[in-house]
Amino acid sequence: MTEVLSQPRPIRLKGRSFLALSLTPELPFNEWLAGLDDLAARSAGFFLRKPAVLNLEGLNIDRAQLRGLVDELSKRNVRIMGLEGARASLLDADLPPAMFDGRPAADFEAPAVKEGQEPAAATVDETPVAVERGQPVPSMVVTQPVRSGQSLIFTEGDVTVVGSVASGAEIVAGGSIHVYGTLRGRVMAGTMGNSSARIFCSKLEAELIAIDGFYKTAEDLDPGLRGRAVQMWLEGDKIEAEQLG
Amino acid sequence: MGKVLVVTSGKGGVGKTTSSAALGAALAQGGAKVVVVDFDVGLRNLDLVMGAERRVVYDLVNVIKGEAKLTQALIRDKRLENLYLLPASQTRDKDNLTEEGVETVITALKKAFDWVICDSPAGIERGATLAMRHADVAIVVTNPEVSSVRDSDRIIGLLDSKTLKAEAGAEMEKHLLLTRYDPARADRGDMLKVDDVLEILSIPLLGIIPESMDVLRASNLGAPVTLADGQSAPAKAYFDAARRLNGETVSVSVPGEKRGFFGKLFGRKAA
Repeated sequence: MTEVLSQPRPIRLKGRSFLALSLTPELPFNEWLAGLDDLAARSAGFFLRKPAVLNLEGLNIDRAQLRGLVDELSKRNVRIMGLEGARASLLDADLPPAMFDGRPAADFEAPAVKEGQEPAAATVDETPVAVERGQPVPSMVVTQPVRSGQSLIFTEGDVTVVGSVASGAEIVAGGSIHVYGTLRGRVMAGTMGNSSARIFCSKLEAELIAIDGFYKTAEDLDPGLRGRAVQMWLEGDKIEAEQLG
Repeated sequence: MGKVLVVTSGKGGVGKTTSSAALGAALAQGGAKVVVVDFDVGLRNLDLVMGAERRVVYDLVNVIKGEAKLTQALIRDKRLENLYLLPASQTRDKDNLTEEGVETVITALKKAFDWVICDSPAGIERGATLAMRHADVAIVVTNPEVSSVRDSDRIIGLLDSKTLKAEAGAEMEKHLLLTRYDPARADRGDMLKVDDVLEILSIPLLGIIPESMDVLRASNLGAPVTLADGQSAPAKAYFDAARRLNGETVSVSVPGEKRGFFGKLFGRKAA
């Protein structure tokens, strides 16, 4: 009897950013909630099943008030998945978790006013703001060898190492990774969900490489590429590699 | 003010204690006043290698705890009058080493000696980090095999981040001492080559100590190899390393090869 060994299924762990509705409540809350009710009345289910984040920046409230607001919102079927700009003193285990580093995206279009209805007091900016483009992409340059046990984590963009990356060292980058030296350690590029990130090195001896959550260990790498200058990229869910130069 | 030298490696059994004793004796024979401090609290060996195990009364922990004066704990070598040993405690554990205590002892030793050689324990825990904490110069002892090289790389990272010198923004002076090098095995490919080790660690080479029975024989005699048999190959290599520590330019020879390798090896200071 032969038993076919099934391929072990790796667990994929990676960062991913999602679009969420960001609500900015204003004091007094009952007036703001009334405006929200009005908005919801014009379009039943606008908030239904949409992830929403509460932006508390500049609001001077205490934890009880916040709890009350979250309760009021959940009565209206608005599920708050996170709090932005909240002071640490406001947070608690039964409240949604804090979220950081929010980036602006196109505004959600508010439901259009139905005919015969007065425009509501709560106005929502209906002209979508263009997604900011042309922002400089940050990068990190390291001019020393990355030693065993050291870990470089830079989720904002590219990492360039002028030197080698030792066995047992680790680089995690949101963008691409460039190693002008021997790559012996582990490198993970595109960890925030960037599938176009690439890995470049002057000499490939890596223990593990990963792009956007897909990884290959040294064993899975083409032995013909060992010791060579190589670039690696993702095509679909397959890591491709070719010799450079 | 003397210089504080830490002999470290990460991995155990690579020859830290042997090298500390041999370099200490070599530097002392050159006329310098030298003290070798054993930081391996709980697993002390330096006293055996230096043949002072029957003369230990007080130790480093006693001094740190204020139970003895520094002068009471220092043991003078019987063969070299300017070579001293500060033994570690065998019965206590490393938690007895405090940052302030070590600082006080090192500061006092620096005033009285030209060289304070700190023999680090293996590992990257308290004992090892305290041994390197006050160092001016570091010797990374490495065997030509992959696990030792990787551990050394880890230690170099710590030397560049956890020492007082590094925290003050200065560059820690680091040297590689390649020990137990067997040219025959390196030729067969059973061992890493000198070039490979240098390429991975990218720190300047202080010396290559050949694998030799003379080292083991000297340890069992209770004498540093540079005292037991000054004419043996490892002793000569240690003497050369000591001269390089003093700033002299001495060519490095790879055991088993005739020509000097200075230009190719010691000349390539990297990182």
